[in-house]
Amino acid sequence: MTDSTEEASSTGLFWCVLQRDLKLASRRRIDALLPLAFFMVALSLFPLGVGPEPQTLREIAPGTVWVCALLASMLSVSQLFAGDHADGSLEQMLLAPSSAVAVAAAKSAAHWLVSGLPLIVATPVAGLMFGMSGAGLGTLVLALLLGTPILSLLGALGAALTLGLRSGGMLLILIVLPLATPALIFGAGAVAMVESGQSAQGHFSLLGALLIATTIGAPWATAAALRISTE
Amino acid sequence: MRVSELAGERGDARLFERLDMALAPGTVTWLRGRNGRGKTSLLRLLAGLSTPAAGDIHIEGRTLREGGPAWRRQLVFIGHHNALKDDLSAKEALSFLTRLHGGQANDDEIVQAMQRLGIAQRQHAMVRTLSQGQRRRVALARLVLSATSPLWLLDEPFDALDSDGIVALNGVITEHAQRGGCVLLTSHQALSLVDPEPQTFDLEPYACEARA
Repeated sequence: MTDSTEEASSTGLFWCVLQRDLKLASRRRIDALLPLAFFMVALSLFPLGVGPEPQTLREIAPGTVWVCALLASMLSVSQLFAGDHADGSLEQMLLAPSSAVAVAAAKSAAHWLVSGLPLIVATPVAGLMFGMSGAGLGTLVLALLLGTPILSLLGALGAALTLGLRSGGMLLILIVLPLATPALIFGAGAVAMVESGQSAQGHFSLLGALLIATTIGAPWATAAALRISTE
Repeated sequence: MRVSELAGERGDARLFERLDMALAPGTVTWLRGRNGRGKTSLLRLLAGLSTPAAGDIHIEGRTLREGGPAWRRQLVFIGHHNALKDDLSAKEALSFLTRLHGGQANDDEIVQAMQRLGIAQRQHAMVRTLSQGQRRRVALARLVLSATSPLWLLDEPFDALDSDGIVALNGVITEHAQRGGCVLLTSHQALSLVDPEPQTFDLEPYACEARA
């Protein structure tokens, strides 16, 4: 078997799993929208808790949006492999001729499209709620666009590691949160730079580098974790 | 396919050891053993889903470890679970499983495979509305589409099937053996397969007493 046909079948496997997951999400729309609902409800608690002072709200907005996006991702990612594990689908995916890395990548991509992308679309509404400036809001959306795929990739790794454990959900958050802090720091930091009139290019470069590194590394680790978890 | 000196474990308990087994083309082997003897564990080992505690598995001269993708292309494993998603229709679920394993089945072939197992009239029904027996039939219809994989590992394939279903599955297995394929299956009920005469492989002589 040559490398090119191997590559073609990996791509085939990727699309096959991605399409199925999107189809399943479209048939369970309520479930798919829950992370978005959580994100919006959690965000709307902050003005109530911190108080309506516009200056304070503007300052805490980027960090708050990032933390809520992080938690929304973690809560939705904990079930990423559980259903497939319970009904035997995961076993069949690991038995596919091409590498399980394609399965891990496809599941992460599906998670981002279903749970990550809607958060980004809703972020301008959140920005208005916190009275953010136009430039700050644009930077925040761009930072989330680079950062939320990192959360989905790391979350998939955590979900694979904790698959089949009784308190998997909580453990997953404890494993992934430390790994996700760089994305949080640079993502929220980019907005702070723009708000203070400086260039956020450095922060974006670092976020981009983080995204590339996770895209390359996380699916491999996830595939290995899945093999161990299903043994 | 040849297995030598194989030992399998579940958790900390060793289930069987020094297991030797050879599966020749065109044969059907009935794997027997009491509950908890490791029938499913052995099938999972052979499928490459878990790693043996000791011993080697060879398929056409390759060992499992170096086999990788080429190995997985050789076999079909259908376990206790049917691997069907509740929110897909029976046809979509079967089509996904076939594509997952690199199959290129078109719609007609999928419907024909379902016809073979007598489930084609329910092809558009959501999997969650199907009974256990109907789900089993959908999962087994994959076998009809997997003619190119020589080794079939079936864990309790007759579970939940009615007499019509058993006859249909026997027909599919017979056809596979005539092509030179090889089937290893477990079943709690006596097999009604006549062609080819199933060989029996008993796990009891290899069993280890569970250690505390």
